[in-house]
Amino acid sequence: MRVLDKQMKVSRRGLLGASGASLVAMTVMPTGMIIGADSAWAAMAKNIKPETFATLVQMARDIYPHDRVADKYYAMVVEGLDGGAGKSEAEKSLLEDGVAELNKAASGSYMQVGWEKDRVALLQAVESSGFFQKVRGSLVTGIYNNKDLWPLFGYEGESASEGGYIDRGFDDIDWLDAV
Amino acid sequence: MAGKFDLNDDSVVVVIGSGAGGGTLGSQLAIKGVKTVILEAGGRHEIEDFQNDEWGSFGQISWLDKRTTSGNWRVATDFAGLPAWIVKAVGGSTVHWAGASLRFQEHEWKARTTYGEIAGANLLDWPIDAAEMAPWYDMAENKMGVTRTNGIPGLPGNNNFKIMKKGADKLGYKNCHTGRMAINSEPRDGRGASQQIGFCFQGCKSGAKWSTLYVNIPEGEETGNLEVRPNAQVLKIEHNDAGKVTGVVYADKDGKQHVQKARVVCVAGNSIESPRLLLNSASSKFPDGLANSSGMVGKNYMRHMTGSVYAAFDNPVNMYRGTTMAGIISDESKNDPSRGFIGGYEMETLALGVPFMAAFLNPGAWGREFTAAMDMYDHMAGMWLVGEDMPQESNRISLHASEKDQYGLPVPNVHFDDHPNDIAMRNHAYRQGAAVYDAVGATQTYPTPPYPSTHNLGTNRMSAKASDGVVNKHGQTHDVPNLFISDGSQFTTGAAENPTLTIVALAYRQADHIASEMGKGNL
Repeated sequence: MRVLDKQMKVSRRGLLGASGASLVAMTVMPTGMIIGADSAWAAMAKNIKPETFATLVQMARDIYPHDRVADKYYAMVVEGLDGGAGKSEAEKSLLEDGVAELNKAASGSYMQVGWEKDRVALLQAVESSGFFQKVRGSLVTGIYNNKDLWPLFGYEGESASEGGYIDRGFDDIDWLDAV
Repeated sequence: MAGKFDLNDDSVVVVIGSGAGGGTLGSQLAIKGVKTVILEAGGRHEIEDFQNDEWGSFGQISWLDKRTTSGNWRVATDFAGLPAWIVKAVGGSTVHWAGASLRFQEHEWKARTTYGEIAGANLLDWPIDAAEMAPWYDMAENKMGVTRTNGIPGLPGNNNFKIMKKGADKLGYKNCHTGRMAINSEPRDGRGASQQIGFCFQGCKSGAKWSTLYVNIPEGEETGNLEVRPNAQVLKIEHNDAGKVTGVVYADKDGKQHVQKARVVCVAGNSIESPRLLLNSASSKFPDGLANSSGMVGKNYMRHMTGSVYAAFDNPVNMYRGTTMAGIISDESKNDPSRGFIGGYEMETLALGVPFMAAFLNPGAWGREFTAAMDMYDHMAGMWLVGEDMPQESNRISLHASEKDQYGLPVPNVHFDDHPNDIAMRNHAYRQGAAVYDAVGATQTYPTPPYPSTHNLGTNRMSAKASDGVVNKHGQTHDVPNLFISDGSQFTTGAAENPTLTIVALAYRQADHIASEMGKGNL
């Protein structure tokens, strides 16, 4: 069978430009507090609070955890949410208030809850909320329609320009005789 | 050809919609020498415009006008604003369809007689039968180039099919093959053979799949008798004091409204828009909507019992390669009430790309169970389950009380509750689908809920008696002699089979009838 090498190509998309540059300087928060590597994405925040941005990246991974997908891909989705918050006060409040609620439910900081299972329990309590659904909905397209990630799932995408699959393995399954 | 016929030319037949029903009918009328204008709400996107990109194509060709939903069907929760997954473009949903072309079984034309009285269902026999339809099916299959008819060989099986076949054999199913598909398995009718591209739903980039867009419509246009006017969304059908229709009001791409006069009007806007248009055309003479003396316009909405089963295996499958639906098991399509439901269902191979798999595998689901499934994407096989659902009067298209569209007209609400028979059939189909894959060593199976409807049927149904339905056996409305329904909304019952072939066959039959009646001076 023609099987794919399920490795992602190295891509710096979403890390170039302003957000990439700010990565260097961002481990020091505006408040002066040094934050950990988990919060590296906070500096990408343009419209929402850096802490909110970082929390949303963690939340995004907890919603659709793919352990072979790097944080930056989740951060790119949050970047889109942050952009929306810049255009709409209502969207901004949705995100800020939603994260504040999560932190409250976590008795402090959602990001400081150590195990995914425990963070997921916090998310389950709010999964019907507009906040959760906004984040989840953005991820459905933000993660699974990101062409850079398709190789990881073994999906090749567009095929017409390659002549389809008629000569590229549409019928090459070779393990059925052993079943 | 734009502007070929004058707005005031009242000798033309106006066909609303250019899909399986309207595209076939309008082109066939032109071939028969009848001056015809097809008004199509969407734009004209040719093969070179199609995209091998699920979301990109969805945004390009889908009907995305505002709609609302209600009822206990899961689509109302998962896709509240998107009850149907159909096309707004020249060619209609024949751009998007998978190509499965199955005739109704003989008993399915007589559902009420065969199944008897079913509580909560509004079953009725069609006023036509298999013998009546046979020559029209012949004509449709030949034109569409359906495999396994007219000496056309079946398509080659892809990996997804080979798994289905292996499982079917192990379970003892006898009727499993690569389907009767309106996709060329070899060059025919000026179109090439399938290149196994894998994007049937996004518009066939090779043209191997039949679509009115590039098969029937250009032939109609060649005659000089057909004008297809894209970006022309019909808002209202007008009539005179005698109760005959006289023309239609439509909006062009800039929203400017025009009246196209007509001798005959044929409505083929799919089963949501067609009844909506009749309801929105209410007048003092027809206060409940046009052709609605029975009160059945918009009612008895059917969408087929559907669901999918995907399965993960320890070895790769790559189901996305090749024709999306070229594989079928027909053993469960019989009517065998001992299974706990009446009617039957087909099992057909289906593949989605990663973007749509994420949206449809289990809408709303999240967390590690969901991502574990997505991580198995290239090890998955899939099938669609499609069976006869029960017509229910309460399942209906109605005009929303307050929500308006871009033209200020009430949007359609689509209400659907599953009938207990639909649920019993779906549960049986989920079990059998999983059994097919378990027989091949599936490590997981995923019973996937219905997608937004592509098979929208029954909302202007055909009936022998005017009090039971909206149209007679020719699709002519019982109330208005020069008004016809030409799409799947005229279906009396849905049968287990994918509806396109039957819609096309009915359109050929209707074209013959209309041309003949016009010739006799009856229309």
